[in-house]
Amino acid sequence: MKIAVCVKQVPEGASKRIDPGTKRLDRSGEGALNPFDAHAVEEALRLRDEAGEGEVVVVSMGPEKALDSLRKALAMGADRAVLVSDEALAGSDLVATSAVLAKALEREQADLVLLGQQASDSDGAVLGAAVADRLRTPMFSQAAELKVSDGSIRGKRQTEFGYDVIEAPLPAVVAVSDAINEPRYPSLKGIMGAKKKPQETLSLADLGIDSGGVGEAGSKTEVYALSDPPPRGDSRKIEDDGSAAQQIADFLAEKRLI
Amino acid sequence: MPTLVFLEHHDGELQKGSLGVLSKAASLGGDEVVGVLLGSGVGALASGAGRFGATRVLVADDPALEAPLPQPRVDALAQIVRVRGFDAVLFASSVLAADVAAGLAARLEAGLNWDLTDLEREDGKLVGKRPALEDSVQVDVGWRTEPRLALFRSGVFDPAETGGAADVEEVSVELEDFSQAAKMLEQAHEERSGPSIEDAEIVVAGGRGLGGPESFKLCEELAEALGGAVAATRAVVDAGWYPYAAQVGQTGRSVSPKLYVACGISGAIQHKVGMQSSNTIVAINKDPNAPIFDFSDLGVVGDLHQIVPKLTELVRARKGS
Repeated sequence: MKIAVCVKQVPEGASKRIDPGTKRLDRSGEGALNPFDAHAVEEALRLRDEAGEGEVVVVSMGPEKALDSLRKALAMGADRAVLVSDEALAGSDLVATSAVLAKALEREQADLVLLGQQASDSDGAVLGAAVADRLRTPMFSQAAELKVSDGSIRGKRQTEFGYDVIEAPLPAVVAVSDAINEPRYPSLKGIMGAKKKPQETLSLADLGIDSGGVGEAGSKTEVYALSDPPPRGDSRKIEDDGSAAQQIADFLAEKRLI
Repeated sequence: MPTLVFLEHHDGELQKGSLGVLSKAASLGGDEVVGVLLGSGVGALASGAGRFGATRVLVADDPALEAPLPQPRVDALAQIVRVRGFDAVLFASSVLAADVAAGLAARLEAGLNWDLTDLEREDGKLVGKRPALEDSVQVDVGWRTEPRLALFRSGVFDPAETGGAADVEEVSVELEDFSQAAKMLEQAHEERSGPSIEDAEIVVAGGRGLGGPESFKLCEELAEALGGAVAATRAVVDAGWYPYAAQVGQTGRSVSPKLYVACGISGAIQHKVGMQSSNTIVAINKDPNAPIFDFSDLGVVGDLHQIVPKLTELVRARKGS
């Protein structure tokens, strides 16, 4: 069983900012593996180990230093990493990103493609469905439980209404919920071993992709302007000194809510 | 060119979020606003969309569209958009709608903007408003080509009943094999007791900080005193402390009440998306660094087990007087 996991490097907490010049997310600072993707890596490792054979390959698109996040996945136990990196990719939106990842995934011919439910920098829960459409494979998202048997994958999908049970033949694409598991921490041995695992960096030319169809040029959305968010009004934070209940009641009365 | 609005339905009801987006689309003026209803045996729901601003509703009624799975819906929408041409296709965000919109973006090579809180027409062009990076920056986004695909944050638009009538038109669609490969073996049906949290004007919600299921009683008593409903986070629903129908968040209901009281809730993004449109948010949490304080109107650092019962008494006393 070969499982490909799409992962993304995201800017770390405090360094998140949008560059006012390019109007793109500033990716120059410290980066980390998107926490939602760690759940997809964990699930892939679990399914591989349950099957007793197979390969987990992590696939990403991003700047050269996104290799750091791929190495984290390798340290967790993934077998191989592929990074698509090319200056022409900067500014890619969903249409462009999904096209590039689909090309990289076609090359892998995995039985199963897993993704995290969303990226913590863009908060989009959209990549899995877009990639699946390009690969023309069945997909489902928000999987909170997965089981592979007899060439198909069965999952519990968590929705607004409860749990659905969905089954799809392999190859398939599944975006997993972060409720599916607790990702392991890489062991020291894993971290040391990660450096020796195969890591491949591909350019657009390697994938046979025309640079005009990706990046800023190939994207169908654009950013017009950045501004301060609309104010939420006066926001107060208090420490309870025994009078908090009274202060809340006064606040509610002032807002005419009681 | 007209605007198309994806009308999501569940258990024979049009979803409030979709009707809100429909109302928003109608309020923008311009060309016709068309609703699209995909499912099996859903024709009867179509006329209901007219009251919220659709002048026409396209209905694809097909057994293959019965299960709420995204891929057959991508096929259907792609055909409808290609044949008829739409300026924009709008979705109220949900687990289903996000997958449908994303699949459609790839299929049509169309731009998709998500997490929008508003849509405006500026100098004749559509501009989406998107708070990003934990709402620290407001981004004005646009589209370079048609159709413009947009997913709106849950609960940002209230459905506005205008009382109009919609022409209902049946359409037939052809579905791809790969789109029908995923099968729904069991479909969730909501077990609801009491009024929906979506309709409540006041919501009191409990999270892990309650410490155990027995403490939900504190939320229930406060909710009763305030005349509101009780909600819960995914973590505590998963832990079996409270029923699924009360779950607020990405995989739960989206609420936008006048008052949201969060008790022992840290405010993870998955919860935030389901309640951030609330008018007033009061949070009680013992962790001073809980993210919920970043988007609360009144944040209280303290022990909810002490504060909530006292607050309940104060509310009762005030209402009683």
